[in-house]
Amino acid sequence: MTDSLLNAELLSNIGRSAEPKTELATRRDIRKYSVATGQRLEKFLAGDEAPPLYHMALFWDVVGLDELTPDGVIVDHLLPEFPLKRAMAGGLKIDYFQPIRPGDTLVATRTLTDIYQKQGSSGPLIFYEVVMVVETDTGTPVLTETATRILR
Amino acid sequence: MSTLSGIRQAQPGDLLPRTDHVTDTKQQFMYNAALWNAHRIHFDLPYATDVEGYPGLVIAGPLMGEWLTQCVHDWLGDEGVIVSFEFSNRRAAYVGDVLHSEGKVLSTEPEAGTAALELQVVNAAGEAVTLGAAVVRFHK
Repeated sequence: MTDSLLNAELLSNIGRSAEPKTELATRRDIRKYSVATGQRLEKFLAGDEAPPLYHMALFWDVVGLDELTPDGVIVDHLLPEFPLKRAMAGGLKIDYFQPIRPGDTLVATRTLTDIYQKQGSSGPLIFYEVVMVVETDTGTPVLTETATRILR
Repeated sequence: MSTLSGIRQAQPGDLLPRTDHVTDTKQQFMYNAALWNAHRIHFDLPYATDVEGYPGLVIAGPLMGEWLTQCVHDWLGDEGVIVSFEFSNRRAAYVGDVLHSEGKVLSTEPEAGTAALELQVVNAAGEAVTLGAAVVRFHK
């Protein structure tokens, strides 16, 4: 049995949420995203409806150039400092409630919902889970995204 | 394989249409610009190879997730909607790699009008690059 890398202070971050972010989905941005992802359906290419992962672009953090790491990555301030640093493949799961259309004003709230440790074949692994709830500005559910990331 | 008009009669094992993907630097630029993603492994070849040790420019993982949803839409057409989708990237793929997306019906729930699908992006060596799953609900 491996000793836990997760102390009480680290685990106390579970439940922490980032400030909600509000963004407007525009036809132009949906069209650009659709072309960039090689969409084939006219409703996406015309920007009448957003492709399934468009919310990733809509809610990608926009930060100053001096806030990027040397490799060009944005620091996620929702996350605590973990004792393991190297990121491995994670996964995304999205439950959809209604499509995103041009003109929609959407609100995203991200919450760190879990931190846990497992034993991998070459050492301990830390898993963390971030849930992003996306709603319209009137509170209608649009989608819920659960991201799981693995550190080794 | 079920036809578009017949997908409500989908059976476990039915195949979704396969699509080939060979992505170039123009698409990687546009995709990462659309995301506003400055991660240099996707567009800075000397950095990706000399500093990070990759054999080429790394294809952004969520782009391959998006390809899996296209695989679903090619099969589903206007007959229904995706109600849930998940994916995880299992190995890196690089600009210029010959990849394809494919999928099959895992199970169906005729009462609920839903089907569960298994999806993957596969490289030229036959290895799974990205694994995915979706549940679709057919329109009544």
